[in-house]
Amino acid sequence: MLAMVVCLPLLRPQSSTERLTVGQTEKVVGKRNDAVRTKIPVSILDGYHVNSNTPSDEYLIPLKVTWTALGALEGGQVTYPKAEKITVGAQSLSVFTGKFDLAVNFKVSAKAPAGPGIATGKLGFQACNDKMCFPPKSIEINVPYQVQ
Amino acid sequence: MSFLRVSAAIATAFLLGCFLEGCSYSPITVKAASVKDDKDRHSAPDFALKDADGKTVHLSDYKGKVVLLDFWATWCGPCRIEIPWFEEIERTRKDKGFEVLGVSMDENGWEDVKPFLAQMKVNYRVVIGDDPTTQAYGGVDSLPTTFLIDKQGKIAAIHIGIDGGRKDFEDGVDALLREGDTPVNAGNGGVPPAVAAAKQH
Repeated sequence: MLAMVVCLPLLRPQSSTERLTVGQTEKVVGKRNDAVRTKIPVSILDGYHVNSNTPSDEYLIPLKVTWTALGALEGGQVTYPKAEKITVGAQSLSVFTGKFDLAVNFKVSAKAPAGPGIATGKLGFQACNDKMCFPPKSIEINVPYQVQ
Repeated sequence: MSFLRVSAAIATAFLLGCFLEGCSYSPITVKAASVKDDKDRHSAPDFALKDADGKTVHLSDYKGKVVLLDFWATWCGPCRIEIPWFEEIERTRKDKGFEVLGVSMDENGWEDVKPFLAQMKVNYRVVIGDDPTTQAYGGVDSLPTTFLIDKQGKIAAIHIGIDGGRKDFEDGVDALLREGDTPVNAGNGGVPPAVAAAKQH
């Protein structure tokens, strides 16, 4: 069995995370109870797309930000860009391509201690090109902040 | 007299040619560029995966048949394009010893797959894949990834994505179904039938 496995032509490993990268997030600076905003820069490799936050059917996996630890921040509502419509086969898809920003709104907690911190989250996505798709992945997001 | 000798020589040559090449030889017009020569094929790893009825399916259950093993997922757009192709290919060739076996890579398993299969009216058998199976098949990092498996249980072709199109699958399946129709040593000089079939393209 092992010999059979070794003999199989291995498919070239391809990491889906390389098809989507997240740039440096702008630092959030504010006082307690302030409404603050930042941008998460996202880049999709040329020739690929990811489903938008509102895919065209229930089986498709959306681009989605999930916060895991907000620290001194609250909220974290994400505004996604306008999606593109593309057609693959007979299927119309709602996707993101190229470079875009995810705008995020926070509120600095009323009880936040002064000082620096990092809010963390995950950006879930599922990438394809016109020939194939890659398994759903998530990539870590860090939002540095400074409570004044 | 001379004419008779020439005629006899031609007849002898024809009969000898028939003996060496096979009198019943008929050219195969199917082209299947993606089908490997027999010497380049390796055994397809066996597996035990559950179908929608909870029945355990082994690849080895299909030995003697040509199998199209399709790794796919409900969230994969290009996979959806292929599904009607595979349905039609199986429908028209099932009685010739061909079957499609879909291996779903959906993390939520039947919860997602059953309604999808009903919606798409998929007529071939589907099982839920697992990590050991995908690892045994080289990782299967992108979908669709489709293996054509010959009657001896060897991987004869691998399609990653939908590059080749429906015709390529049809041609590959037809070429594999023809293998074994001509006995070894019956007109192909002892070349194994899989290699012989591939070389006639």
